[in-house]
Amino acid sequence: MKTPARGSLLSIEHLPTREIDALLKLARGMKPAGPRPLLRGKRVALLFYETSTRTRASFEVAAKSLGAITTLIQTSGSSIEKGESLLDTGFTLAAIGADVIILRHPNSGAPNLLAQHLDIPVINAGDGMHEHPSQALLDAYTILRHKKKIDGLQVAIIGDIFHSRVARSNIHLLSKLGAKMTLCGPPELAPELATTLAPRVQITRHVEDAVRGADVVMLLRVQKERLAGLKLHAFDYIARYQMTPARLKLAKRDAILMHPGPAIRGMELEGDLADAPQSVIREEVQNGVPVRMAILARAVGKAR
Amino acid sequence: MAEKSKSNSLLIKGGHIIDPAQKFDAPMDVLLRDGRVAEVAEPGKIRGGADAKFDARGLIVAPGFIDLHVHLREPGQSYKETVETGTAAAAAGGFTSVCCMPNTNPVIDSVEWVTWLLHPDRGAVVNVFPVAAATLASRGATLTDFRALHRAGAVAVTDDGKPVLDDKVMRDALRLSSDLNITIVQHAEDTRATEGCPMHEGPTSFRLGLRGSKASAEADVVDRDVQLAQASGGRLHVAHLSAADSLTAVRRAKRAKARVTCEVTPHHFTLTDADIRDYDTRYKMNPPLRSAADAEALIAGIADGTVDAIATDHAPHAAYEKNQEFDRAPFGITGSETALGLAITKLHKERGIPLSRIVELFTSGAARVFDLHGRGTLAKGAHADVTIFDPKKRWTYEAAKSLSKSHNSPFDGWSFTGKVMATIVSGRIVYEV
Repeated sequence: MKTPARGSLLSIEHLPTREIDALLKLARGMKPAGPRPLLRGKRVALLFYETSTRTRASFEVAAKSLGAITTLIQTSGSSIEKGESLLDTGFTLAAIGADVIILRHPNSGAPNLLAQHLDIPVINAGDGMHEHPSQALLDAYTILRHKKKIDGLQVAIIGDIFHSRVARSNIHLLSKLGAKMTLCGPPELAPELATTLAPRVQITRHVEDAVRGADVVMLLRVQKERLAGLKLHAFDYIARYQMTPARLKLAKRDAILMHPGPAIRGMELEGDLADAPQSVIREEVQNGVPVRMAILARAVGKAR
Repeated sequence: MAEKSKSNSLLIKGGHIIDPAQKFDAPMDVLLRDGRVAEVAEPGKIRGGADAKFDARGLIVAPGFIDLHVHLREPGQSYKETVETGTAAAAAGGFTSVCCMPNTNPVIDSVEWVTWLLHPDRGAVVNVFPVAAATLASRGATLTDFRALHRAGAVAVTDDGKPVLDDKVMRDALRLSSDLNITIVQHAEDTRATEGCPMHEGPTSFRLGLRGSKASAEADVVDRDVQLAQASGGRLHVAHLSAADSLTAVRRAKRAKARVTCEVTPHHFTLTDADIRDYDTRYKMNPPLRSAADAEALIAGIADGTVDAIATDHAPHAAYEKNQEFDRAPFGITGSETALGLAITKLHKERGIPLSRIVELFTSGAARVFDLHGRGTLAKGAHADVTIFDPKKRWTYEAAKSLSKSHNSPFDGWSFTGKVMATIVSGRIVYEV
């Protein structure tokens, strides 16, 4: 086993706070339209074992904006279908000359495995229920466009936290930058164990308590199939935890409403709330590009 | 040290004998002759010559260690291990007897396969005692022919790797066990509650985004089995017990004089779920590493006598199998060569558990579980199986140099106190440092 190559981004948990700050600063200087061929001639492999719209498109646009050559490998139409292991696929991409691998995988820890055996940087684009570091970074970037700093902010995180890699990355990142968090959801989706993840995290079963006085209200996707599997009723979830205009009013007047997407209108939030003035949901997607440009620049050692 | 290893008699001189079965803990000499223990006497008191001598000065001379739980992987998975390599590793760990599990391919559920396993062509270096399947193909439905399997040489029955969950099947198995006096070994796990769980539930599983199985998935099955054993008079042995609540159930059963025994592995009393750190599959096994409180409870159970034996659950796997996503990597670690080092370091040196208790767990305690007569003791006439170790010697384990075919050990690079110096099976030295 090797130490992951410099420039790898596997988790927020192990990313030092100064590197988080540096990445956010770097992202602010990234202009998707500008001529910044930091990755000219570099080969970026997008290795996606799961379907994805925004993460994949966003990483691809980010890489191309920096002048990189990108290759997309998906489960279907590749040797993965024939039973090739993750490591062997990784070795193949490295042998072809990939300079960076961006990996999306349904198993938690898959990027760690790849990074422990390859000499090139691995970027985690979401692994199982573990982490989604680029999402947490773009969320922090988005928050900082509306708030002076993250230190001292009150953040409500509502929905399916247990199954969410976005939740884990955001909890680590916001805790490192000094925010206080209140998690909310039924015990099956927001288990008490979640408070052990990082300092300054508490939990409530009352959505009103979570939202009251919050600077940021962050919603997470709640899948109907998951509720059914846990023998929870969708209408119960909606009644107790759905974000509505009335509930959102309990937050600070200048609070922002976030959602990593894909948002299920009518489930975790009332249908039109995604388009309300407090909503920064589309802005999050937009900010994904400069943040991922910064992640890629750091990966190839052109972060300065 | 031995002048000759292939001889009819061997005198082990100058050592300190620990034989818990006879309550010996004193400097004594041992004479082995024709595959049996011929004499044990005070230093220098054994008269007459021997074909060979072993100088055991400064060493502990113990009855041959018995491992109640190993996977030798034959038939069917000889790329992971064979009877030959698995027993060589066992010998290096001081084990003179190993009880091998039937979850092979095909499953050891017939007299033919038990006989095959015991054939000299397998190349066993130490005694092999097969544990046969409790149900056909270990499917949990139809009981195997316990009587015939026992006659063929199987010492117990189990569906290890899988539990017998059906109440009726388990009740029938225990009734039959009572009639035939054969032990039923249970891998206690409610698999309906652990599906898709590669580790124990706790802060680490939440942090890693892995599904965690609860300790109750083990303890609930132990609870049920104990009740069935009490009702039927059957003999139940709980394999690789890992949870504090399971131990409580066994302790209660023993107080009620039920015929219930249990084994604990070195890794479960040494490591916890937190040691998995970032998806290190060398720490993935079943039952999973549990909380620090569970590990503490196991050590307490070892100290107070509730635990009958230390067994390794030696489970070799090829490197490519372990180098997978944590969810996909197979459960299991190798353990034959590190068991004594871990027991002496963790239990004796760090916790003050007497060496004689540790030797008991490896010898007479284990022998009783499967009624291995004439083993686990140095009584006159017993099999000439002897383990000689240096309780103070420090050494470092290198998995790459293991005699096992596989190297999937979390203890690679660990330093231990306590090293096996020689292993003697039927009067022959089969391993020597």
